[in-house]
Amino acid sequence: MTAIRKFIRQHGWSYAFILPSMTTFTVFVLIPVFWSFIISFQRYSLARGGVWLDPFYANYERAFTMLGGIFVTAIRNTIVYSIFTVTTNILVGLILASLIQPLSHRLRTFFRAAYYLPAVTSAIIVGMTWAYIFNGQWGFANYILRLLGFAPLRWISDPDLALGSVTLSAMLTIPATAVVLYSAAMGAIPTEYYEAAEIDGANAIRKWWHITVPLIKSTTLYLVVLYTIASFEVFERIYIMVPSGVGNSTQTIVTQIYNNGFKDFNFGVASAQAFVLFIIIAGIAVFQFRALRSDVEY
Amino acid sequence: MKKTLSSGTLLVWFTLMITTVIALFPMYWLFANAFTPITSVPPLTPILVPAFKLDNFERLLVNNKFYSNWMINSLIVGLAVTAWHIFFDTLAGYAFAKKNFPFRNVFFWLILSTLMIPIHVTFIPLYIINRELGLIDSLWALILPGTANAFGIFLMRQYIQTLPSELEDAARIDGCNEIGVFWNVILPLSAPAVAALAIFTFVRSWNDFLWPVIALNKPQNYTLTVGVANMQGEFMTDWGIIFSGAALAALPMIIFFLLFQKYFLEGVRMGALKG
Repeated sequence: MTAIRKFIRQHGWSYAFILPSMTTFTVFVLIPVFWSFIISFQRYSLARGGVWLDPFYANYERAFTMLGGIFVTAIRNTIVYSIFTVTTNILVGLILASLIQPLSHRLRTFFRAAYYLPAVTSAIIVGMTWAYIFNGQWGFANYILRLLGFAPLRWISDPDLALGSVTLSAMLTIPATAVVLYSAAMGAIPTEYYEAAEIDGANAIRKWWHITVPLIKSTTLYLVVLYTIASFEVFERIYIMVPSGVGNSTQTIVTQIYNNGFKDFNFGVASAQAFVLFIIIAGIAVFQFRALRSDVEY
Repeated sequence: MKKTLSSGTLLVWFTLMITTVIALFPMYWLFANAFTPITSVPPLTPILVPAFKLDNFERLLVNNKFYSNWMINSLIVGLAVTAWHIFFDTLAGYAFAKKNFPFRNVFFWLILSTLMIPIHVTFIPLYIINRELGLIDSLWALILPGTANAFGIFLMRQYIQTLPSELEDAARIDGCNEIGVFWNVILPLSAPAVAALAIFTFVRSWNDFLWPVIALNKPQNYTLTVGVANMQGEFMTDWGIIFSGAALAALPMIIFFLLFQKYFLEGVRMGALKG
């Protein structure tokens, strides 16, 4: 009894301090994740609750086969979108951070702020602005095409172009987080490294490639994981730029989860698809950490 | 030698200028259109210089009777969620940073691991729970799940770990209990991190879309992002209203950013997520 009292006196406050947060995490994240896992093996209706399925993986099977395998198309679209977006974002972030690094503090702050400004507005509004640029009638993109003497395009209403246009809009969005984080990482590299390289006669590009790039590799790793996860979860940009989905040409993993879960109220299949997303994202994170870790350490 | 150097510098400046234009142009064009009277379809020659007229905004507030509701709803949810995170994330961050208690690391990693989970996995059970509690189509459906976000706890733990323990000990000797130490010492000393946390939490809440669009049904209950997204369909023929509605939704965050830029960029460096 005294042992319990002593334990409470010693640690009671600590547990009291984390209790509110632990409670909301349990109720709004941990329980929903486990429950969603259960629902992914059930037929679930709001009126009658869940019924176990036979075979137990029926929802996962249906997730991939229903409506002519549209989910497979959605995964393919998501991968295409992610490869182009992440590669461009990381490269642009690295190049821009490198270019602003030698500038004065004021100029560096100015460019970082200019790049970051659009990122403070909602993905919905950013998506709307790109939808206006790609508008088939009065959009800015077609204005440019007409100026150059080309025929206007149906950027986001042509099934062959829509995914490309959405991806292009994401590639043209300046990766503000990457610029800021690369910029901070480059600022932390000791100047002696560069001085030593200068004595050896290295030029700016060689210094950049042999000193800067390897030394900020942990930032690259973090950013690749961050941007890949974000692009695999793309939703708002698609939802607002291509509301109709133009056939199935712009379906992605999350638009599928949303459509199955909250348009058709097929909770079982939507939960199964959400767990497919979960597994893909966990897999990417593990793979990328392994791949970038195993490289040369400096 | 001198010549190649200057053409290199020219290329650098050209790249920086063109990327700045690409970064800002979509948002600029939205505002240029919003501040130019447009009652039907925008002109084929793009409006690049705004007329600085408020006609569209007047029509927006007259014809869209819910717009002010949306703004107030977003504000209420944002403030409530931010208040929660300021207080309870600092409290939990303090315990994780300075206290030694059994299973501390288990609890911490449990919370941290939720950062890796795609939030979409939780939406279906969240919908069922909120429906059972009768909270669907109310702001509670956004506020309550909004309190479960690991970023703030992680941020506050990192920051409070750097604070010297002597001040806490001094306060204890002066007779403060644990709540007193937290309130009088930890919370005031954490002000810079709390500022970054508050800004990030509010912006995240203000910009949130997917869960709100699931949880809210009636137009008067929408938040701003949900409302503005729905305006696209409703005011198809009057683009001036759509432009001004979108611009007015973005404006508070842009002003917010220009005022508190330092904290935003500091927050990104401390491990924020977006952009």
